[in-house]
Amino acid sequence: MSTSATTFDRAAPPSWGPRALLRRLRHGDEVAHLITLIFAAAILLITSMLVYELWVNSHLSRAKFGGKFFWTSVWDPIFDNFGAAPFIYGTIITSIVALVIALPLGLASAIFLSELAPRKISDTISFLIDLLAAVPSVIYGLLGIFIVVPLMRTTIGPALINTLGHAPILGSLFRGPNYGVGFFTAGIVLAIMVVPFIISVSREVLLTVPREQREAALALGATRWESTWKVVVPWARTGIMGSVFLALARALGETMAVTMVIGNDPKISASLFAPGYTIAAVIANEFTEATGDLYLSALIELGLVLFLMTFILNGVARLLIVATERGGGHAS
Amino acid sequence: MSGARIIWRKSLNYVMLSLTGVAALGVVSVLFLILGYLLWNGGTSLSLDFFTKLPKPVGETGGGMANAIVGSLKLLMLAALMGLPIGLFAGVYLAEFGGKTFSFVIRYTTDLLNGVPSIVIGIFAYSLVVLPVKHFSTLAGGVALGIMVIPVTVRATEEFLRAVPGSLREGAMALGASKWKTIATVVLPAAKGGILTGMLLALARVAGETAPLLFTAFSNRFWSPGWSQPTASLPVMIYTYAIAPYDDWHRQAWAAGLVLLALVLVANLGARFLLNRGNTVRSV
Repeated sequence: MSTSATTFDRAAPPSWGPRALLRRLRHGDEVAHLITLIFAAAILLITSMLVYELWVNSHLSRAKFGGKFFWTSVWDPIFDNFGAAPFIYGTIITSIVALVIALPLGLASAIFLSELAPRKISDTISFLIDLLAAVPSVIYGLLGIFIVVPLMRTTIGPALINTLGHAPILGSLFRGPNYGVGFFTAGIVLAIMVVPFIISVSREVLLTVPREQREAALALGATRWESTWKVVVPWARTGIMGSVFLALARALGETMAVTMVIGNDPKISASLFAPGYTIAAVIANEFTEATGDLYLSALIELGLVLFLMTFILNGVARLLIVATERGGGHAS
Repeated sequence: MSGARIIWRKSLNYVMLSLTGVAALGVVSVLFLILGYLLWNGGTSLSLDFFTKLPKPVGETGGGMANAIVGSLKLLMLAALMGLPIGLFAGVYLAEFGGKTFSFVIRYTTDLLNGVPSIVIGIFAYSLVVLPVKHFSTLAGGVALGIMVIPVTVRATEEFLRAVPGSLREGAMALGASKWKTIATVVLPAAKGGILTGMLLALARVAGETAPLLFTAFSNRFWSPGWSQPTASLPVMIYTYAIAPYDDWHRQAWAAGLVLLALVLVANLGARFLLNRGNTVRSV
C-alpha cells in the first residue's frame, strides 16, 4: 500500500532498473504502469522509424546528388536527373501567398471574436470556424477546381493584372498569361484552409491578454480600436506569430487541394499566375509511377525535405505560443 | 485636441471595428458556401445507386461508389484498431504515471507526429508495409491512417484525464483501491465523454485524408476482399473523379464529396454534443 501511495505523487520519478521493477511488480500498479509505458514508448518508436525510413530510403538520391539536389531545377525521370528547386520554390511561394491573404483576414476575425462579439456569438462563430478546419482537403480541392479556377481565369486574374500588374516592383508578380491554375490559385485555396488555424490560435492568445491592459488604454482616452491595435495586439504579438508559423507548416505540407489547382508544371516563374508544382504535389502525382530506384529515392528525399521544413516551423510555433502564454502570466 | 482629430479617430474606430466583423462573417460564410455548393451539385447526383452499385467503366454513365464506401469504412476500422489503443494508453501514461523527462519527450514526439504532413506519413506506411510485400493493400492504408489517429487521441486522453479532480482519485485510494483500479474504475469513467469525443474527432479527421492513401491503399474499381488487396476509398475516388475529364465523373465526385462532408460534419457535431453533455455532470 505504501508504494502505491508514493508512486501516486507525480513529482516522484519512476525508479528504473530491473531490480526495482521486479520489486514493484508485486502490486498490480506496476503492471499497469509498464503497459502504458510501452504504448507511450511505441509513439517514440513510430516517430523514430519514420525519420529512419525517410533517411535510409532517400540514400540513393542523397549519395548521387548531394547539395546539388536543392538548387538544380531539372526534373528528368528518363535520364535519372533530379533537382528539387522548382518544387521547393513552388511550396514556399504558395505558402507565402496563402499567408499574405490569410493573416489579415484571420487576425481581423480573431480580434472581432475576442474583443467585440458577445461571448455567446463568439463561441458559436468559433465553432463554425472549427468545422471549417475539419473539412477534408480533397473537398477544398474539388471546390478549387470547379469554383476558384474558373473565377481566377475570368474575374480575379484579369482584375489583378489590370491593377497590380502596373505597380512598379511587385507588378512583375502579376503579369503574364493567366491560365486559371497556378501559384496564386493554390495560394487562395490554401489561405481558406489555414485561416481557421490562425483564427482559433490568435483568439485564444488574445483572450489571455489581461483585462487591465484594455481598461488602462480606454481610461487614457483611447478608442476601442486604438486600445485593441496599440495595446492588446502588441501584447499578444508573439502568440499571433506562433499561429502564423503553425499555419505556414500546414500550408507547406498540404497536398490534395494544391495538387488539384496548381497546374503541376515543374517550372520556376516570376509570375504568380504561372502553373507550378509543390513538393507534396509531385510526391502525390509521381510516387506510384516512379519506376527505378533513383526516381523513388529522389521522391522520398523530397518527403524528407518537407518533413524537416514542417518540423522546424512547428517547433518555432510551439515555442512562440508557449512564450506568450508564460509571458502574459509573468507580467500580470 | 482639435475636433477634426477626434472625428478622425472615432471614424477610424468604427471603420476598423466593422471591418473585423466583416472578416469574421466572410470566413464563416465560406463554410456555408461550401455546404451549399456541395448540396446543390452533389444532392442532384446522389441516388440510391451511389450507395449500392460499383463504378461503371469509362464512357458508361451511372454506377455508384459502394466499394469506396465500404473501403473507407474498412480503412477507418483498421485505423481505429491500431491508433486508438496506442493513443489511449499513452495518454493514460502521460496523465497518470509519467515522470518529468520521459513524459516531456513523449509529449514532444506526439506534437511532432501531429505536424508531419500526411503525404509523408504515406511514404512511411509505403516503406513499412507496401515495399516488403511489393503490392498496395488495405492494410497499408489502415496503418497510414492509424498513425495519424494517435496524436489527437493522446492529447485528448491526457487533457481530459487531467481535468478529473484529484479528490476523486484520493477518495478511491482512501477506500483502499490500488492505483490502476482507481484509474480504471473511477478516473477513466469520469473522463469518458471527453476521451470518446477526442477519438471521434481523430477518426473524423483521418476519414477525409487522401494523400496518405494514394500509394498505400491505392484504388480499385471493384470490391476488395480481405485486407491485402488495394481498395477504393471515398477521398481518393473524389480526387480521381474530380481531375478526370468526364462530366458524369464530376457529378459523382460532387455526390461523394457531399457524403464525405456529411460524415465529417455529423461526427464533429456529435462530438460537440457529447462534450457539452459530459461537461455539465461530475464537477465535484
